[in-house]
Amino acid sequence: MADLTLNDVPRRDPLWLRLLKSLRLLRESWMAMVGVGIIVFWIAVALLAPVISPFPYTQQIPAMVQAPMFSTIPEGFMLTSFTDEGMVRTEVSGIYLLGGDNLGRDVLSRIIWGARPVLFWAPLATFCAYAVGILLGLLAGYRRGWIDDVLSRVADIILSFPVLVLYVVLITQLGQSSINILLAVTFASAPGIFRIVRGLTLDLRNRDYVAAAQTRGESQWYVMFVEILPNARGPLIVDACLRLGYTTITLGVLGFLGLGLPPPDPNWGNLIAENRTIALTAPHAVVWPCIAISSLVLGLNMLADGLREISLKD
Amino acid sequence: MLFFLSKRILFMIGTMLVVSIILFLMLEANVDTLAIRVLGPYSPEAGREAWLEENGYLRPIWERYFDWLFGLIQGDMGYSTRFNAPVAEVLWPRLANTGILALFTFAIMVPLSITLGVLAGMREGSRMDRSITFLSVLTTSVPEFASAVLLSFLFVFLLNQIAPGWGLPGTSGFTNGFSLTEMILPVTVLVLYGFGYVTRMMRASMAEVMQSHYIRTAVLKGLPYRRVIMKHGLRNALIAPFTVIILQINWLLSGVIVVEYFFSYKGFGALLLDAALNTDIELIEACAMVAVVVAVATQTIADIGYTYLNPRIRFT
Amino acid sequence: MTATLDAPRSDATGTRTAPATDVPILECENLCISYFTRAGEIPAVQDFNLRVMPGEAIGLVGESGCGKSTVAMAVMRYLGGAGRIVDGVIRFKGRDITTLSEEELRRIRGSEIAMIYQEPMAALNPSMKIGLQLMEVPLFHEDNCSQKEAYQRSVDILTKVRLPDPERLMDAYPHQISGGQQQRVVIAMALLSNPSLLLLDEPTTALDVTVEAGIIKLIAEISAEYGTSMIYISHNLGLIWETCSRVSVMYSGEVVEEAEIRRLFEKPTHPYTNGLFGCIPTPKSDKHTHPLLAIPGQLPLPHERPRGCNFGPRCDFFEAGRCDQGVIPMRAVGDGGGHEARCVKFEEIDWSDYGRDAKVFEPIEPGEVVLKADQMQKYYPIYDRSLAAILSGNSVRHVKANEDISFEARKGQTVAIVGESGCGKSTFAKVLMGLETATGGALTFTGDDIAEQGVNSRSDEQLSSLQMVFQNPNDTLNPSMTVGGQIARVIRKFGVEKDPDKIRGRVLRLLDLVKLPRAFANRRPRQLSGGQKQRIGIARAFAGNPAVVVADEPVSALDVSVQAAVTSLLMDIQREFDTTLLFISHDLGVVRYLADRVVVMYLGHIVEQGTTEEVFSPPYHPYTEALLAAVPVADPEVEKKQIILEGSPPSVINPPTGCPFHTRCPRKLGEICETQVPPTQRTPQGHAIFCHIPLDELREFEPVFKTAAE
Repeated sequence: MADLTLNDVPRRDPLWLRLLKSLRLLRESWMAMVGVGIIVFWIAVALLAPVISPFPYTQQIPAMVQAPMFSTIPEGFMLTSFTDEGMVRTEVSGIYLLGGDNLGRDVLSRIIWGARPVLFWAPLATFCAYAVGILLGLLAGYRRGWIDDVLSRVADIILSFPVLVLYVVLITQLGQSSINILLAVTFASAPGIFRIVRGLTLDLRNRDYVAAAQTRGESQWYVMFVEILPNARGPLIVDACLRLGYTTITLGVLGFLGLGLPPPDPNWGNLIAENRTIALTAPHAVVWPCIAISSLVLGLNMLADGLREISLKD
Repeated sequence: MLFFLSKRILFMIGTMLVVSIILFLMLEANVDTLAIRVLGPYSPEAGREAWLEENGYLRPIWERYFDWLFGLIQGDMGYSTRFNAPVAEVLWPRLANTGILALFTFAIMVPLSITLGVLAGMREGSRMDRSITFLSVLTTSVPEFASAVLLSFLFVFLLNQIAPGWGLPGTSGFTNGFSLTEMILPVTVLVLYGFGYVTRMMRASMAEVMQSHYIRTAVLKGLPYRRVIMKHGLRNALIAPFTVIILQINWLLSGVIVVEYFFSYKGFGALLLDAALNTDIELIEACAMVAVVVAVATQTIADIGYTYLNPRIRFT
Repeated sequence: MTATLDAPRSDATGTRTAPATDVPILECENLCISYFTRAGEIPAVQDFNLRVMPGEAIGLVGESGCGKSTVAMAVMRYLGGAGRIVDGVIRFKGRDITTLSEEELRRIRGSEIAMIYQEPMAALNPSMKIGLQLMEVPLFHEDNCSQKEAYQRSVDILTKVRLPDPERLMDAYPHQISGGQQQRVVIAMALLSNPSLLLLDEPTTALDVTVEAGIIKLIAEISAEYGTSMIYISHNLGLIWETCSRVSVMYSGEVVEEAEIRRLFEKPTHPYTNGLFGCIPTPKSDKHTHPLLAIPGQLPLPHERPRGCNFGPRCDFFEAGRCDQGVIPMRAVGDGGGHEARCVKFEEIDWSDYGRDAKVFEPIEPGEVVLKADQMQKYYPIYDRSLAAILSGNSVRHVKANEDISFEARKGQTVAIVGESGCGKSTFAKVLMGLETATGGALTFTGDDIAEQGVNSRSDEQLSSLQMVFQNPNDTLNPSMTVGGQIARVIRKFGVEKDPDKIRGRVLRLLDLVKLPRAFANRRPRQLSGGQKQRIGIARAFAGNPAVVVADEPVSALDVSVQAAVTSLLMDIQREFDTTLLFISHDLGVVRYLADRVVVMYLGHIVEQGTTEEVFSPPYHPYTEALLAAVPVADPEVEKKQIILEGSPPSVINPPTGCPFHTRCPRKLGEICETQVPPTQRTPQGHAIFCHIPLDELREFEPVFKTAAE
């Protein structure tokens, strides 16, 4: 047998190319495609906000308070602002395409800018919850013993609180700041993720390839993160999409109840809360933010369902 | 079996105790912040001290805790500063109201989601399945506050514009006694958001059961299709969703906050929100404990029920 | 004590009972079945012809993917959404059933055609009492059957299938009874309406060998009594030999040979049939003189079938121009009895020379002792946390998984550990590998005591010297990593090479060693077949130059033809590396073929050990004897004793007192077996038997296998 050189076998594609190729899988489910479309749309909106937003989201024009959709700013309106040079009056004109809210701000601009906090905090909170949940879930499921007992009990206890009750209590006690909300969401979501990861770990640890790794003397961290975790990614990715949607809703609800990010943050829950009282006279101010938030969550849910469909076809 | 039951109940009580301690610590550990929150940030220091003294907040924390705990057990839940009445007087009627809301919601939601889930799971991939799945996905994407707003807009505002007098009442404060029409919107919002999840769980369970070998055995035994579905399929498919349905009670307690707030329904959720926003300590504590009791009780019932329904576990 | 039944099919006429009519019970004519997926139409079965006369038992033999189960499902008209009969007819008692309505089908199913399934636990409804599941059959098929009558008939049929305490069973749930008993319930359910045709889809594959023997005997008796026709689907030629009168061999969707049973076994005509027989270990095969012959190549995927003969690419006699032209028809072989084969040139093939130059393994001298177990013991504690147990002080009980294990393995030897489920062989493997630690006794590996050393306390050198090949090819590799990456990891971990290029080179060389293309290094496990994955598992185990390799049922989950190839591979590599191989299996045929020494386990004890010849001939331990008698043998020249063990294996938690085998032993002496633990009797050559019966008496037993020549 001639010693064949190493050049005979091609090396694998680099990681980024492999990831790109795996995206092609999404084509198998129309739900996933539509979901991705919606999500990409909102990400684009959020990124391009400074460019596409017709007005600054804090700009209040008294004449436009509760203005109906497609109303134009009165001719020759001068906006007063204070800069280093002193008081400056600039002329402002244009159309409030989606109308004005309770303080005369452009609803469309607020929705566009509102995509930013929503698309920043929700994924961040979900990510933190996942980091905590995965770490603890792997430990509990793999090591078993007292670690599992203690962590499972703690998770059960946290999950014993109805979620919103937990939030209400936490936030009123900790105070209303973005970091506190992040902590509250992480705290409330992590036990659910913990349970899922623990369940998956309990199942996967009995596989032969895990035993093969153990008989090689691999460390427990290697086994958990290299042998077990990558093989749990299917259900976890689906759950992540769902949870992202749920977190988005939660942030919206908190905003709606007045417990969310402090104003004038344009996150969509706030928009609905602020305009709740004028809902009957200026419905556009609440309906459009509702549609915005629902569409984003719909996109995430559709992606999740599509991914689940795809994974079942495999 | 008895042993299992008592173990679960003991665990339930244990959880409640631990939670009560954590809750209490969270709310009352720092008495100074408490005073500031209740009396306002600009209140004079002396005034705060006096208030703390008067309300017994200067006692050591564990003394306050046990006082509170034993009071709770005996039914004395403290005094509400927000409503100026004993907590018990305020809490129980509100809880009953929420109970009525929950009853109506469940009465509609449970049969609806089971039926839809079975229809979808029976023939996986069929058009019926796909439409039901899409519907579930759609409705769970619209948050309760959004659907509350949208439905109000449609049925209160628009309907009144089109056909005056036909619109539904926008609030359900029951200012003139109990009214069924005032319940329609809140119940609809709750059902709309809640049924999707249960439907999908039911569908998944049914689809899995239909793929199993014992269904094949039943069909190849020559049993009528109806019997295969109802007797062989459902019997196994309902086991997992049963737990989910019971846990929805838990979900309801959370979800109800938004709905009650929006529709001004004098229920438990609105009460909790009110208490939290106004730092009515004793009311918050009482409400939170009630919520926890309900949560833990439902979890225990779900657990026990699952064990009872699944012969593999019940008879080992 | 030992029941010996006259095998009903000793005569070659093919029918069991006198046929009542001339109308075949089942007739399939030019049947073609296809599956319709998004990728298009996939033909699963083509040109299938079959005829079952009343009272006949027909065998359908083939490996996975040959379409035999699809045929059964087609007869039941239960092909699922994607499958359809695209051509041909199926006639049941003269009626064309391919065009029947659902309601008419419903009436036939369960009452005239019944089916027995592969996995009995999955086939029974876990939430319904057994009694109800049985009673449904008469209640829904006969219009005026009352509840009481249905109940009585169910109890009667349970008694007929030899289940003890039928009334208690009626009230029980499926998971409360053992696998063998579950299968008997499934059989009872199928027989309740006295069907004319019974379809058996691998009915014993999921059961232990000794339980399997009982089920086969039951089926034979019942069908003889009722005159039921049977279609027996299996991949096990030995089983078919023992039960059927005619057999059709299927390959890749087609029948390639069809004959009366004796004709097929004495004169297999189609190259595939011959190939199959060549891969199956019989008492005649021997690695030193009569090696197994693997069939080269792989089963073609359904949409990639070659032109002409499906078996062509793998056939040693393939002739381009003749074998790849058009559709190959079935042709009569000419020795009577309806013997047909689908081959264009079978008359020209001389089988007497075949396989003469296959590789033979010369016997070697065993080296020094590498692995030694000395009264090793492994108990698992189970905690009974009920109040009663805690009060009485009995809250900890022990599962005695391994009790008093003592044996030796020498360098270069192949030692087989044999036993059924629950015997403790997997536990022993775990202790060896360090996944568990022994609770007593000693275990020495190249001089070091590893009994108490778990994986975490062993040195790298020890770890790399003692590696394992796992049973399930689907689980043995990490699905998320490439194959090459996984082997490379092992090489890196054991420090065999450090330089990335050298590591890669070694990975490729290992792929060469297991006869896989080098391009596989970049593939993921899901792109590989079962046999290929198992080869990677072997490559991985040998990556660190181990001194001992433990193979835990490495070929049990593979197809027969693949088994032979992988087994040969294993032996090849073992020779090359001079490794000691510890081969754990329940398959006595393979064990007899490749082992030098054999250790037989039952319920945690070693009941017999010795060289292969010593164990496979008298003196036997009674369990070894029963085990040997239970394994179906696919050789018409071998006469086998029939020994059926009554009852099911006892539970490990509550082992019997005295000798663990006494509850089922056909040669039980008496009270001594119940009260006293037997001694281990040893011969000077190292043959040890764990029994009260003296060695001299054991020597007097008749051997289980007798070739016709003797």
